[in-house]
Amino acid sequence: MASGELKLSGWEVGEVRRLPGMDVKKIGRDLYEIFIGPQHPGSGHMRIIVRLDGDVMVEVDPDLGYVHRTMEKLAEGRSYIKVIPLMERMAILDACNITLPYVEAVEKLLDLEPPERAKYLRVLLCEINRIASHLYGMGIFGVFLGHSTMYMWPFGDREVFVELAERLTGARLTHTYAVPGGVRRDVPDGFTDDLRKAIRYMRKRLEDYRKIFLDNPVIRARLEDVGVIPRNLAIELGIVGPNLRASGVEYDVRLIEPYEVYDELDFEIPVFEEGDALARTWVRVEEIRQSLRILEQVADKLDKMPREGVMHDKFWAKAPKLYKDVYAREGRVKLMPLFATLRVPKGKAFARAEAGRGEIVYYVESEGGMTPYRVRVVSPSFRNAIVFKYIAPGHRLMDLPAIYGSIDYFPPEADR
Amino acid sequence: MEEARRRAEEALAGIYESVEEGKGFVSFIVPLERLVEAAEALKSAGFDHVKSVTAVDRPKEGVIEVTYHASSYGDPELARGIIGLTVRIPRDNPRMPSLSRIWVSAEFQEREVFEFFGVIFEGHPDLRPILLAPPIAELRPLRKDFVVKEEPVYRGPIQKVEKPP
Repeated sequence: MASGELKLSGWEVGEVRRLPGMDVKKIGRDLYEIFIGPQHPGSGHMRIIVRLDGDVMVEVDPDLGYVHRTMEKLAEGRSYIKVIPLMERMAILDACNITLPYVEAVEKLLDLEPPERAKYLRVLLCEINRIASHLYGMGIFGVFLGHSTMYMWPFGDREVFVELAERLTGARLTHTYAVPGGVRRDVPDGFTDDLRKAIRYMRKRLEDYRKIFLDNPVIRARLEDVGVIPRNLAIELGIVGPNLRASGVEYDVRLIEPYEVYDELDFEIPVFEEGDALARTWVRVEEIRQSLRILEQVADKLDKMPREGVMHDKFWAKAPKLYKDVYAREGRVKLMPLFATLRVPKGKAFARAEAGRGEIVYYVESEGGMTPYRVRVVSPSFRNAIVFKYIAPGHRLMDLPAIYGSIDYFPPEADR
Repeated sequence: MEEARRRAEEALAGIYESVEEGKGFVSFIVPLERLVEAAEALKSAGFDHVKSVTAVDRPKEGVIEVTYHASSYGDPELARGIIGLTVRIPRDNPRMPSLSRIWVSAEFQEREVFEFFGVIFEGHPDLRPILLAPPIAELRPLRKDFVVKEEPVYRGPIQKVEKPP
């Protein structure tokens, strides 16, 4: 072949080339600007703009907002009860944790506290959600690292907990379970026995995860000392959840400001010192173990309690007889008509909870009407997004998936 | 909460104008020109991060109220409280100093307040819209004068009922 025919021209500075999954622009000799995403193997859409020197990242700019759904604005035009299914869309697999502080903030304004059994039921679903959320995050992490077993196992095992949530609430995801004053349903018959079975199964599986993933030499080589967040930097950046605890900060809302019945339950907060991607994965596995412990205690407690009182007396007293009959027969409460016209007294409330991916905070302001004046929500992933900007630079490009997956970043939750 | 409140009061003594009691937080209202000083005092008192930069539009009073809800990771005693640092800035000229040099954790959230309310944070390292596309951010969607029009419910084409012969 004549050498002139096959034109292998050099890559001009300023020229953009399309590679699978990313656009690459040469911005100088050995300097490249890469636009990764918004479609990429992770869950949800988010673009990362990376400037590379060779294959070392020198600047990382997370470009969020591809799945922004204007929740804070929409909430201003909806009645208080309708804000719950709206906010749930942030992280549908973590629905109870994500909406619980909103419900608590509204309860603070209404100045009422749900009955004891409702609190246990909330904790029950919160922990089921937390396990499902961690399994989901670990599965996506497996995708990022090309470890297909770690993708399929947690996604399969997550089904167990999604199934439990479905039996408890009637919906696999987006349960709208906690409502101001209580919860929507009681546990169905035989639920706690199945729950105990699921706990036994999951304990066994965690051991399998360790063998195939966490102690796997290939995975350890890719995760150890990658994306290290030192303790002081973790505090400074204000990151949340397992990522914070992997950096040696003992902060968990369930411990610091126990809500619902967390102060009556016996569990530990796993804290690691290393602050690298491997430690963050270990925190998730250990948290699943602790959540199983909580679930065991909640199951025992629910069995001992009489099956009554999932809604605050103030609301329950106004329920028609039909509602009470249905509850006595089937253990579920239809949403009472009073929720459609619920007026919340004037005031401002701030509430927080520990969701699967970290702390979620709500600020709710009421003017005394049927819709909130302002709902501000800061989700855990939005607070973790800053890690891309400050931690990723200095690593090689191939470490970016490891960092992304290890902080369990979830775009729909961050964008709200 | 009590301990956090006491420590914040101590740090902000002489700086704040008034205290606002919320449910689950206490907010200190400071004059705009002393905001940076107040933030530095809170930071050195142990309030090491910002949980939320909350802006509320109040068109009746002609102000935008920006609150930094700060708390602590390092000190478990302070972590139990949420301390708000509030400034009121005029709606028609919403400018205020950025606190993201003091609290890095506020950086992305200030960008969010910038795009949704049009508040200009002076001295912010990188003030660009973060969630919205720039033309949408121009509309300042979280201000109260931006009204979301609800779509009417579609009930299908009107069908004429023929009279039976």
